[in-house]
Amino acid sequence: MTETKEIKFNEETLELVQRIIKRYPEGKQKSALLPLLHLAQAEFDGWLSAPTMDYVASLLNILPIEVYEVASFYSMYNLKPVGKCVIEVCRTSSCWLMGAEDIIKYLENKLSIKAGETTEDGMFSIKTVECLGSCGTAPMMMCGSQFHEKLSFEKVDNILDKLKSDDKRKTYFDAVVVEDY
Amino acid sequence: MGKKILLKHDHVSGIQGYEVYRKMGGYTSVERALKNMTPNEVTEEVKKSGLRGRGGAGFPTGLKWSFMAKPKGVKRYLVCNADESEPGTFKDRYLMSRIPHLLIEGMIASSYALGANTAYIYIRGEFFYIARILENAINEAYANGWLGKNILDSNYSLDLFVHTGAGAYICGEETALLESLEGKRGNPRIKPPFPAVKGAWDCPTVVNNVETIAAVVPIINDGGEAYSKVGIGKSTGTKLISASGHINKPGVYEIEMGITVEDFIYSDEYCGGILNGKKLKAVVAGGSSVPILPADLILKTANGKPRLMSYESLADGGFTTGTMLGSGGFIVMDETTSIVKNLWNFTRFYHHESCGQCSPCREGTAWMEKVLHKILDGQGSLTDIDLLWEIQRKIEGNTICPLGEAAAWPVASAIRHFKSEFEEYVKNPSSINDVKHYFEVNKLEMA
Repeated sequence: MTETKEIKFNEETLELVQRIIKRYPEGKQKSALLPLLHLAQAEFDGWLSAPTMDYVASLLNILPIEVYEVASFYSMYNLKPVGKCVIEVCRTSSCWLMGAEDIIKYLENKLSIKAGETTEDGMFSIKTVECLGSCGTAPMMMCGSQFHEKLSFEKVDNILDKLKSDDKRKTYFDAVVVEDY
Repeated sequence: MGKKILLKHDHVSGIQGYEVYRKMGGYTSVERALKNMTPNEVTEEVKKSGLRGRGGAGFPTGLKWSFMAKPKGVKRYLVCNADESEPGTFKDRYLMSRIPHLLIEGMIASSYALGANTAYIYIRGEFFYIARILENAINEAYANGWLGKNILDSNYSLDLFVHTGAGAYICGEETALLESLEGKRGNPRIKPPFPAVKGAWDCPTVVNNVETIAAVVPIINDGGEAYSKVGIGKSTGTKLISASGHINKPGVYEIEMGITVEDFIYSDEYCGGILNGKKLKAVVAGGSSVPILPADLILKTANGKPRLMSYESLADGGFTTGTMLGSGGFIVMDETTSIVKNLWNFTRFYHHESCGQCSPCREGTAWMEKVLHKILDGQGSLTDIDLLWEIQRKIEGNTICPLGEAAAWPVASAIRHFKSEFEEYVKNPSSINDVKHYFEVNKLEMA
């Protein structure tokens, strides 16, 4: 599933890294850690391996442990390999009231995996997450940067079909700005 | 229609972009502030307006600004808290994605008042697509001379950046947010020192919620006094309410403070009544952290007065019979809702989100989740209810940050108002099996 590739950003991303570091006061380059981990996760197969985190540490001139302790704190960073499409299902409060448990069960049955697992073909992972601020359009799930809201089983079917036929790794950077909606 | 101040133009086509926003009167508050007012005058207007923090705590914004330390030669920062993650709250998401320039305009005027030349919008990582919208709007603002060096020839310069988080409820707490901005784990800091003295990178910093900063725009445009006349008593202005749960019309509503809760739940202008014609059972009025109230107490205070949507009225009766306006995350539950199971859901959330720094919160949230799980598994005893009460009491007030209280209050209020439901589950475990999933209750079929 994961071919070994050299862990190094391309020139364009490295320029972006420098721009991100400049957003923070001089000498406080560690502040760029969260944005850089997002970049690294998107670039290197959707998860943060130890070598990936070491690479990010070297870019910021900080200790690897400073990266590990942060990566393990935040729920958006995956510390083990994940599928191309990570389905993040909200399970909190309003989503729960509106049937999040049913949606999670449905996904688990359909994909034959439990939450936290990845399908054998490496296409999908299910991840349960906490409130994503979509309470008025509950229940919801997110894949990449895309929010899928007011879910029904039928809608879930359609979304999974579409993701499967696209066969692309979804990242948080997929977001496009729609002028008016 | 109710009074609209922040969302006056939210349905105007193209309002997301600079041209339309400017045409609708956008950025006039920056012109006014930078050309005709001193920073202190801006702060005075905010004080006069009576604006209170819209993130949940309700602390007077002008007062918070006035605490900003101003040592010579030390940089100051304004950081916008866009980490909206209080369950039941999605107003900032709507405001930022719909009218991004309103937040940016507010950031410029507020930064000017605070003497900050660099400002950040800390947005939760899951809102990546909104971060893109904001960055787009920031670029437009730079291109049109509202950001950058020497804005409007006023000698005032400001740089504004978006910083994305990475999934942690606790980063909505302002000192955890600052830690996270500095590239660390989101562990709240011990206060004092407060951020206004020692904040981002040890420099004086003010952290304000998105809605708070947006409200600065109309306050400068129309004056603090005009703003203070909207609303009721010390709850001045309008509030964005995120309405969700079992209602006909979930969504974000801008309300003038002082309308009745009954009107808000049942009128067609707002929530439009309970979904599927069911009866109202309970409401969590200000995000998952505030005490839950049963139908009779949310509609009327203990002394029979209609409950109003305001800081004071919702708090009427203290925690015995009242609650809090909080973040305005208004979660409505119908008669079929299991309060115990809902509480388990909330408690699981707080357990998951506890940063782990303070033992009472780290251990207590896990313990409460386990006890609730035990009750829902049909293994509970009456002493477990007392145990839950004891645990929450020992978390409250014994932690560095308010996540402890946020975890304790839902438990305390659920037991206070719905103790018989806990007892029923304990005495008659088979009744737990009647707790159906939403799709079953509403006869929605598995596709």
